[in-house]
Amino acid sequence: MKLNERSLAFYATCDAPVDNAGFLYKKGGRHAAYHRRWFVLRGNMLFYFEDAASREPVGVIILEGCTVELVEAAEEFAFAVRFAGTRARTYVLAAESQAAMEGWVKALSRASFDYLRLVVRELEQQLAAVRGGGGMALPQPQSLPLPPSLPSAPAPVPFLPSAPAPVPALPLPRRPSALPPKENGCAVWSTEATFRPGPEPPPPPPRRRASAPHGPLDVAPFARLHECYGQEIRALRGQWLSSRVQP
Amino acid sequence: MRYNEKELQALSRQPAEMAAELGMRGPKKGSVLKRRLVKLVVNFLFYFRTDEAEPVGALLLERCRVIREELSAFSISFIEDPERKYHFECSSEEQCQEWMEALRRASYEFMRRSLVFYRNEIRKVTGKDPLEQFGISEEARFQLSGLQA
Repeated sequence: MKLNERSLAFYATCDAPVDNAGFLYKKGGRHAAYHRRWFVLRGNMLFYFEDAASREPVGVIILEGCTVELVEAAEEFAFAVRFAGTRARTYVLAAESQAAMEGWVKALSRASFDYLRLVVRELEQQLAAVRGGGGMALPQPQSLPLPPSLPSAPAPVPFLPSAPAPVPALPLPRRPSALPPKENGCAVWSTEATFRPGPEPPPPPPRRRASAPHGPLDVAPFARLHECYGQEIRALRGQWLSSRVQP
Repeated sequence: MRYNEKELQALSRQPAEMAAELGMRGPKKGSVLKRRLVKLVVNFLFYFRTDEAEPVGALLLERCRVIREELSAFSISFIEDPERKYHFECSSEEQCQEWMEALRRASYEFMRRSLVFYRNEIRKVTGKDPLEQFGISEEARFQLSGLQA
């Protein structure tokens, strides 16, 4: 498949702030050695370079539809980026400290476009709700049932669903009359002072057509999803920490 | 540059935000217009030969410009090389506008800006940070300072 690799390389090395960066050890293949690479996370793209000064990435891992898990490995502070499907690749990475590992796992598990879109939709609904009520309190996330009991470590626990939650299709509102230039990545509202959209909020993100449900959590509102995974993460971290204590 | 092609192929099979058969011409000089099934999934634009299941190619839609061209057409180019254009021909003005709007909103960076906008607006109305209840208010990727000027 052709890919606009040159643009990808520019995106990897442009001046904009990154979402995470640092050295990680990357396992070459199933029985291969680890290579130390400079990793840069930007959006849903995880780039890796020979070193921090390289102008062009060695490669990129596209982070849609993946789960991020802790793994049992010879390397300390190891974690995996796992994709679904037969013969799908699992990327085993290792950080250089506990803090770095936790930072990467957190950043990578929230890196997908899907996740960002979920958050934006949720906020868009909240804004409509508070505007409609004229400054009422934020709708509170509902308390939710406990997730099923976790398997004991080191069985992997997914941090995020790989399939999007189905949402009803809605017509798009009209564009505000003051049209910004049609540039992606240099969009209008980078500072509050320069943003003049008129009374209407910006058009909402595009809606997906409803897709078949893939699991029990897909119909839950975002708040539930978040709380649910938060509980799993806390439990898993507790298990992991206690398993590292020397007897 | 290495990339996880299998996962990109799987992504191309996901439900699309937009999909249509359009005329497409590549950026190289002397490229011919071809019919392609064009499919927008997250921040990727996939294009297929009309009778094939695997895409011919994909465009990552970050740092790109979508420009109106003559006769219900638009082009996509990238900030670092604005003369290198991927040209698309639609069957109507409406379709052209629809695609341009969708592509303008299709980047991760645009989504991020939308989030920051909504977050600030909610904060202005309620005095509270809506991301706090989800435990992500400190995430680097959602800070105002993270935006390009």
